[in-house]
Amino acid sequence: MGKILVCDGNEAAAWGVARSKPDMVAVFPITPQSSLAEYISQFVADGVIKADLMDVEGEHSVLSVLQGACLAGARTYTASCGQGLAFMFEPYFRSAPLRLPLVMSIVTRDGITPQSVWGGQQDAMTVRETGWIHMYCETCQEILDTVIMAYRIAENRDVMLPVNVNHDGNYLSYGVEKVELPEEEEVDAFMGEKNTNWHVALDPDRPMGVDPLTGGAGGVGPSLFVSYRKGHCKGMQNALRVITEVHEEWGERFGRYYAPLVEEYRLDDADYAIVTIGSMSGAGKDAVDAAREEGEKVGLIKIKTFRPFPLQALRDALAKVKAVGVVDRSVSFAWNSGPVYQELLSALYFLDNRIPAVSFIGGLAGADITIDHFKRVIDTTARTLQGEVPSECIWLNEND
Amino acid sequence: MRQQARKPFDKSKIPQDLCPIATELSELKTGDWRAERPVVDRDKCVKCATCWLYCPTQCVEEKPTWFEAGLEICKGCGVCAQECPHQAIAMVEEVEE
Repeated sequence: MGKILVCDGNEAAAWGVARSKPDMVAVFPITPQSSLAEYISQFVADGVIKADLMDVEGEHSVLSVLQGACLAGARTYTASCGQGLAFMFEPYFRSAPLRLPLVMSIVTRDGITPQSVWGGQQDAMTVRETGWIHMYCETCQEILDTVIMAYRIAENRDVMLPVNVNHDGNYLSYGVEKVELPEEEEVDAFMGEKNTNWHVALDPDRPMGVDPLTGGAGGVGPSLFVSYRKGHCKGMQNALRVITEVHEEWGERFGRYYAPLVEEYRLDDADYAIVTIGSMSGAGKDAVDAAREEGEKVGLIKIKTFRPFPLQALRDALAKVKAVGVVDRSVSFAWNSGPVYQELLSALYFLDNRIPAVSFIGGLAGADITIDHFKRVIDTTARTLQGEVPSECIWLNEND
Repeated sequence: MRQQARKPFDKSKIPQDLCPIATELSELKTGDWRAERPVVDRDKCVKCATCWLYCPTQCVEEKPTWFEAGLEICKGCGVCAQECPHQAIAMVEEVEE
């Protein structure tokens, strides 16, 4: 049994970093990640994190520095969000195809413009197609545990990909909960021997060209390029297995079992389900419990891993219900709906029967998604079973 | 940063499709893709060194009474011919022999 802390999600993430024992960290503050950057700095100053802290002039440099450290064999950590993530994009996009096992928290925040410093998942969802692994947390405890697990996933030889551990700005970043801090020795045993970046390890005795020109018409360039892309996709698919195995081992060692890919809540005898991602899931589960007391046969599906997309797990969950309502905390401008909804539609293609699916968008720019909002989600989804299927996305906070 | 213990590198364990890291280096000189070469008219050249100053690849070499581009490195950009105050340099198309 570890020590019990009362802390917010940003501090929980920092404790997860402390237990993971990185060699180098670099952070640049940006709301709502700022206090996480401050906790990391304080922990390094106090010797709680025995890593080099690099103070750099912006997020582009943050990730560039960490790429270099990672290439040299270091375990690294950073956190960002919103505009910081936008400024970081150039090295961010390069990290995954270089197969660097970086771990980074995105304290999710809504997109600018309109000017907003509040929660929303627009930032993380916007970078969903960059080849990083994306996991979304529901509680402060899950943040701490997932940050540690992320290293085991990222550094696995069959994966070798950077991992984003995402937690909702405001609701998790500043929401205070009881959190158990696992014992250092137990985490050390879980982590095993550190062996990061075994494929590179910049070494003066072994000259190398990192990221040489690969492509162009003629020659072997394009086929080499394809082989790297296919290898990257294979690593993503392997990650589905590794994420599951690592979560199982975590449960066995620490007694906290999380659904690694997709959580099914009261789904087995459900007629229909709502789908959630991130911190909203708690209110969603409460609303499901309340509806159950009134005889509604409703369940909940929570997405934890969004990248790689958990097709099989989601398909298995969706096969149990006759209708589904999806709540997004960000917008897919292309589809007049939410990104989770849009991708869930792709999973529905693999089902034998077509079922109605409704898109809801809520919690933008720091808005709360309350139990009352979820009641509306549940009622609307239930009515689709009688043929009342809304033709457009429903914006939950529109009339708050 | 603390020194990391490093095991001997064994590339046989690295999948070929992992990521673009080249460990077998081959030589590619900037002169290999030149389309035109600068040819100096030694009668016109006054050794003013303007070409030497402007050359982006710094391949211009000093000779007894003239300057001349090193053709292993010269990529044929033509800056020297453009800048030469005595029009002593002509760009001549490279042809396959």
